[in-house]
Amino acid sequence: MTPEDEAEYRRRQKSRNVVLGLVLLFFVALFYAITIVRMTD
Amino acid sequence: MRMPIEASETEAMTAMTTAQTMPADWRDFFALTKPRVMSLVIFTGLCGLLAAPGHIHPVIGFTAILCIALGAGGAAALNQWWEADLDAGMKRTSQRPLPAGRLNRVDARDFGIALSAASVGIMGVAVNWLSAVILAISILYYAVVYTIWLKPRTPQNIVIGGGAGAFPPMIGWVAVTGDITLMPVLLFAIIFMWTPPHFWALALFVQSDYAKVGIPMMPVVAGERSTRRQILAYSVLLLPLSLAPWFIGGAGAIYGAAALALSAAFLVFSLPVALRSATEGDSMRPEKRLFGFSILYLFALFAVLVLDRVMAAQGML
Repeated sequence: MTPEDEAEYRRRQKSRNVVLGLVLLFFVALFYAITIVRMTD
Repeated sequence: MRMPIEASETEAMTAMTTAQTMPADWRDFFALTKPRVMSLVIFTGLCGLLAAPGHIHPVIGFTAILCIALGAGGAAALNQWWEADLDAGMKRTSQRPLPAGRLNRVDARDFGIALSAASVGIMGVAVNWLSAVILAISILYYAVVYTIWLKPRTPQNIVIGGGAGAFPPMIGWVAVTGDITLMPVLLFAIIFMWTPPHFWALALFVQSDYAKVGIPMMPVVAGERSTRRQILAYSVLLLPLSLAPWFIGGAGAIYGAAALALSAAFLVFSLPVALRSATEGDSMRPEKRLFGFSILYLFALFAVLVLDRVMAAQGML
């Protein structure tokens, strides 16, 4: 793997991790909101 | 019968089978969910939810639509996983992540299964289990009944498989009411009847691609004339069916008038398609016009249904 390939590899890995992190955060917030709504129902 | 794929398409096939050295970009996973198709699914699901009688908390309503979208995305990913070799042979689909070799096939399958399972699980826990069961049926219908079973075997694939795209408004409705009545069944039936003319109009102007990979689309198997006649037949049937929610009192006069006008226009766009036959180097303009209008038709019909129901709920009708 050339240095350029390795840099691209890291970039893709990082962007996937960032997106996955944001998705997980979103679901944490959503499940919290669902729990509150269900408890107050 | 599957026809051999031409040598000119082998480049995409080679790309697909080449071992992945780079991790796929997140955008490739997103593309697997067929975002453009998903927008129609989200819209019809939302319309079913908004038109249903009763109240749903905005957070639960949002979750229901999110689950419909995730389920549709999961089913689309499974569809692309199964059809990767066929997609490689068609110009329209050869640049999708799998045939272009940007994504590993196993990753696509696992992504599709994970999205599908998560959507059904969350729908059941957060909204209600009846809507979760219908969502699960719709995913299996698209990924198994349509993609794996019907599509490669029968020219009626679109007719029966159209049911998969007809589920979202029913799921949205059931998310609010928790039961199935005649209205969500009618909304299902409208999309079911709308799908064949919508898709066959597309198949008429991309038929050479489907023929190349041996998919038995109606124009390929039954011929162009038969397909054109059937487009007209479904368009005629769509008119009274689209008016049915008004006849049974499930929608008001605003919806009734709009459904009549839109379905009559659909018929007007279908007529030239049904009465002509394509010539050498034909631009297929009537077919492209019908395809374009069919998308507008569904958006407009469901938007008016929501408007009608919201106005009725506010006591304005």
